[in-house]
Amino acid sequence: MWRLISYRVLQAAPVVLIVSILAFFLINLLPGDPAVVIAGDQATPEAIAAVRHNLGLDRPLIEQLGIWFWHLLQGNFGASLMLNQSVLSAMVERLPVTLSLTMLSLLITLPIGVLAGAVAAYYRRTWIDSAIMSLALLGVSAPAFWIAILSIIVFSVGLRWFPTGGYAPFLSDPLLWLRSLVLPAAMLSLFQIGFLARMTRSSMLDVLSQDYVRTARAKGLGEWRTVGKHAFRNALILIVTAIGILLSTAIGGSVVIEQVFALPGVGRLVVQGILARDYPLVQGVMLIYGFAFVLINLAVDLIYTLADPRVRYD
Amino acid sequence: MTELAAGSLAGALAPRRRLVLLRRLAGHRSFQIGLILVAALALAAIFAPLLSDHDPSAMKVRFRFKPPSAAFPFGTDNFGRDIFTRVLYGARVSLWIGLAVAAMSGLLGAAFGILAAQFRRLDPFVMRVMDALMSFPAILLALGVTAALGPRMESVIIALTVAYVPGGVRLVRASGLVVRELDYVEAARISGASNARIMLRHILPNSISPLLVHVTFVFAYAILAEAALSFLGVGVPPPTASWGNIIAEGRDYATQAWWVMLFPGLGITLAALGLNLLGDGLRDVLDPRLKAQG
Repeated sequence: MWRLISYRVLQAAPVVLIVSILAFFLINLLPGDPAVVIAGDQATPEAIAAVRHNLGLDRPLIEQLGIWFWHLLQGNFGASLMLNQSVLSAMVERLPVTLSLTMLSLLITLPIGVLAGAVAAYYRRTWIDSAIMSLALLGVSAPAFWIAILSIIVFSVGLRWFPTGGYAPFLSDPLLWLRSLVLPAAMLSLFQIGFLARMTRSSMLDVLSQDYVRTARAKGLGEWRTVGKHAFRNALILIVTAIGILLSTAIGGSVVIEQVFALPGVGRLVVQGILARDYPLVQGVMLIYGFAFVLINLAVDLIYTLADPRVRYD
Repeated sequence: MTELAAGSLAGALAPRRRLVLLRRLAGHRSFQIGLILVAALALAAIFAPLLSDHDPSAMKVRFRFKPPSAAFPFGTDNFGRDIFTRVLYGARVSLWIGLAVAAMSGLLGAAFGILAAQFRRLDPFVMRVMDALMSFPAILLALGVTAALGPRMESVIIALTVAYVPGGVRLVRASGLVVRELDYVEAARISGASNARIMLRHILPNSISPLLVHVTFVFAYAILAEAALSFLGVGVPPPTASWGNIIAEGRDYATQAWWVMLFPGLGITLAALGLNLLGDGLRDVLDPRLKAQG
């Protein structure tokens, strides 16, 4: 067991290294002279030289990479050009918004997605299955930002149930916090619910056709206990792995949803950064998210290993 | 059994098996609906100039914000451009990007996956790079790469390919690892088959089915992602119409001219729906493990 855990942790170490190198090359990937791109087309040669010097682009590439790693070791993820602020502090300021949004969305997604998938699997090949799976298919096919804009028109502008945008921190006004997040979180959940329902259904079907479920039925165990205890519990293992993917798509989706609802989160920061050519900011945010997901994926893998004794790595 | 015998046996069975698969696909309900949807949209995109005599970027201020009518089936936008025509031409851009991303990520996925499965020394390196790419949320990775390469259609294709390659690599490698341990592949290796022969004749054909299913879903994801990137203003730049940027432009006056953003969104939904249905059908028919469940 410990060997297994240490093996997985050791495997994550090179991934962290590669994530940092990939993020580093994001700026050096800029076609032409990155300093010109960042300073803008109308910049004077002096301004371009200043940008080049500030970002250390006038040094040899390998030296830049060395400095990049040295900074990372000190917890320095670079500084934003447009905000005059370190990337880390800019991100920490906005993280509560994004985390509130994604956590609320997961809170909506998990019960609905799992239940819908399980019910569809149990009533497979009936109209209940078809109805649930058609809705799930629609969820993974309709663009979330488009449905989100339509939902603003209907629920915020038309029915006035929700504010059209804006955000208040939980501690200053919990009611407004919830009111401003419910619609965005619901919209963010549409794809996730569809995805999770489809995944749960197929893994439940897998389990329901297993020998031990047949045995449980054959020995006279009630239907509720057979499905609830044997089948559902086994299907849950697969859902543990789904969490990693769901979190990743939720963070990705939050970039678009925050833009639609004007929520001042990390996603909105990234988009502003890109439009303002603030590449160090974009680079830093990607790096921090990259690191976070290396850890999340590692945690998911370990939980999965502990939860399912059949999983072993060679 | 020699490799030759195994090869000719497979060769003799192949046409009949292919026929059975095709017949089963043709009878699959989701596959049928998916195929009709995707084919209809593809034909509309290809024959866009025949279906509309408007120019997608011709501005006629006299006709701005016209609701849907016989003259303008989907209405007009703030510049008086015909939305029906823009959605048709937008289909070209969006479907082309989706197809290109599906094809490129499929090819690269097959190449790296097979190499990783066959050359065990290469495997950890390839797989750790894929793990690293998968650590970034796909949209965020695509956003970063498009931002670095500049707002052009090619950047969007490259960015989304980078984001969707790791899934294909993992899939092909996993089936490659199973195939290379099979007795007949072992026999082929012992009887002196080259690495290239084992990779192309044994590992590749065995990974084609799952890869095809995967690539169909990538096609759908890529269309959704392109729309999101263009909506955020880092995708296909205006005035070229793509489904994403028509919605972005229509968003500002969505309350007074809802038709501008409604129809391109329907286009995206129908395209993704069709491709997801196609993928579901392909998976049911090609993946024997799930066959019994339907």
